[in-house]
Amino acid sequence: MAKQYGLIAKFDSPADIMHAAEKVRDAGYKNWDVITPFPIHGMDAAMGLKRSLVGRFTIVGGTIGITTGMLMIWFTGGSELSLPFMEGYKLIVGGKPFFSPQFAFPVSYELTILFSAFASIGGMFILNRLPRHHHPFLKYKDVAKGTDDSFFLYIENVDPQFDEEKTRSFLDGLSSGEVRELED
Amino acid sequence: MASANPVTSEVKPAILDEVNPIALPRPALVENERSFSWITDKICGIVEEKTPTWWWVCFVLACATASFTVMGLVYLVSAGTGVWGLANPANWGWAIVNFVFWIGIGHAGTLISAILCLLRQKWRTSINRAAEAMTIFAVVCAGIFPVFHVGRVWMAWFLFPIPNANAIWPNFRSALLWDVFAVSTYGTVSVLFWYVGLIPDLASVRDRAKNKIRQFLYGLFAMGWRGSNRHWRNYEMCYLLLAGLSTPLVLSVHTIVSFDFAISLLPGWHTTIFPPYFVAGAIFSGFGMVLTLMLPLRAIYRLEDLITQYHIDCMTKIVLATGSMVGYAYAMEFFIAAYGANDFEIFAFVNRAFGNYAWAYWIMISCNVISPQLFWFKKIRQNTAWVWIISIFVNIGMWFERFVIAVTTLTRDWLPSSWGYYSPTIIDIFTYVGTFGVFSVLFLLFLRFLPLMAMAEIKAVTPQADPHKH
Repeated sequence: MAKQYGLIAKFDSPADIMHAAEKVRDAGYKNWDVITPFPIHGMDAAMGLKRSLVGRFTIVGGTIGITTGMLMIWFTGGSELSLPFMEGYKLIVGGKPFFSPQFAFPVSYELTILFSAFASIGGMFILNRLPRHHHPFLKYKDVAKGTDDSFFLYIENVDPQFDEEKTRSFLDGLSSGEVRELED
Repeated sequence: MASANPVTSEVKPAILDEVNPIALPRPALVENERSFSWITDKICGIVEEKTPTWWWVCFVLACATASFTVMGLVYLVSAGTGVWGLANPANWGWAIVNFVFWIGIGHAGTLISAILCLLRQKWRTSINRAAEAMTIFAVVCAGIFPVFHVGRVWMAWFLFPIPNANAIWPNFRSALLWDVFAVSTYGTVSVLFWYVGLIPDLASVRDRAKNKIRQFLYGLFAMGWRGSNRHWRNYEMCYLLLAGLSTPLVLSVHTIVSFDFAISLLPGWHTTIFPPYFVAGAIFSGFGMVLTLMLPLRAIYRLEDLITQYHIDCMTKIVLATGSMVGYAYAMEFFIAAYGANDFEIFAFVNRAFGNYAWAYWIMISCNVISPQLFWFKKIRQNTAWVWIISIFVNIGMWFERFVIAVTTLTRDWLPSSWGYYSPTIIDIFTYVGTFGVFSVLFLLFLRFLPLMAMAEIKAVTPQADPHKH
């Protein structure tokens, strides 16, 4: 038999899984998760999860974006700096100023959005530790139900409170279905 | 603490006992009380079924049409931009018209996915995936025109600030360069937004896949998504932030497109109303295209339970609202021209309505201002044939709007000796018609290989998804 990863229970409705999650949270488990085919409103609170940190990545990306835009436009057209492989060149066009934040704004604005978008998605993947193609749940026999219409809750055996017997009977009390082994 | 303030703790909000708010019935977003697994089977079924005959017929026709663009561009590159009907002073002909037309089409996709997401309009869930696909493919079609309009297309990379042997940088003071950044950012962010939305649905398709190759490919792009709530938390925040970023983006893109005209000094172009007027027009044309695409899809794939009459109602009302805004902008342009008392401005507008191109102007008015007014009538909104026909009129009208703006001003510039009549050549026409083929090829491939509706999002707005419902 393969190594055990944890115990998993199946639920049939969003209400059931949410009540179960609240009880698991209150029982003090740490290494556990809920699998749902769509985001359930209120589940973050039921699991005791804090606000997501993706926004921090976004603000960093946006700041880098607007700085890049402004500096790039100033360097290329408003300076005569010499950098490796490139140098600024002040070109007179229609008597307009070599640099002003007004005309640099549209491009910097677009770069702000571009960099923020990349940072948000990158941040989401980093915080989620994705891509990860070998998670034990992906090998579970009912995995297709998890992205279809069923709801699962599993507690990992690395959890400090995990106890084969107690956790099994605890999950049995929460779910109407059978509690199964999740193999690593 | 109740004891600290005994008076307030005993005060009963008496008014609440009297007020009995009516429970207004909300229209169901998924009809016939379909279950979660019905939604999965329905949408995944479209990707998993054997390729239908109609798909092959359409695909072959679309490829044939797309070849017009390919041939048109091959000829253009080998002979030069003179093969287009451009003649001084009308140096912007169909190329800019087609570019603005396609970019505008794309805007409805972003409006549906981003702005309606921020406004918590739940009906967006059935149509956002296909509308975003439409956005991306429309941007692809739009990009063709300015890139080839530069003439020496192999030098198009000069548009980007890439260090080169000539030590030349792009001119950031030009609205045309702002456009390069706006459109490329728009294309990129639209793809990212679309892809993030696709991840959970790709995981559904992966988990249902019967053969190894499908499992591998869908699995690769699903990034190992498993529906964990610890993931959903970051995912939803990311999605919300992308919606928040795409909203100013979509408004800025068409604003910058309108700057191509508005920051010039030509009568008829040099007006401050252009940015809002262009954005409203873009959303108007985009919703026209969404209806043109979604109504046949709804009939072919029997999606009436997912794209309900309520969805069609919402879309037609947006067409009506934005169409009226566009009509208001047309009227306001005339008013400002008259009120501004500038002879050249007045001439430009009188010439638009009664000059050489009056035929195009009145096609534009009938299609954009008059035809959507029919959507005031419930009977029309409930008749899919009528809705579809009006959506086609909107597409035609919005193409003519850009034609009228670009051509009437350019062919009547400051120097009467250079006045003329601009006509496209056969190459112009072929290249443009071909882009519909390019668009259709991409859209058909999307239908075949990707889930055309956001299953996870639709499931989340069904009544049974509410955890407080027992």
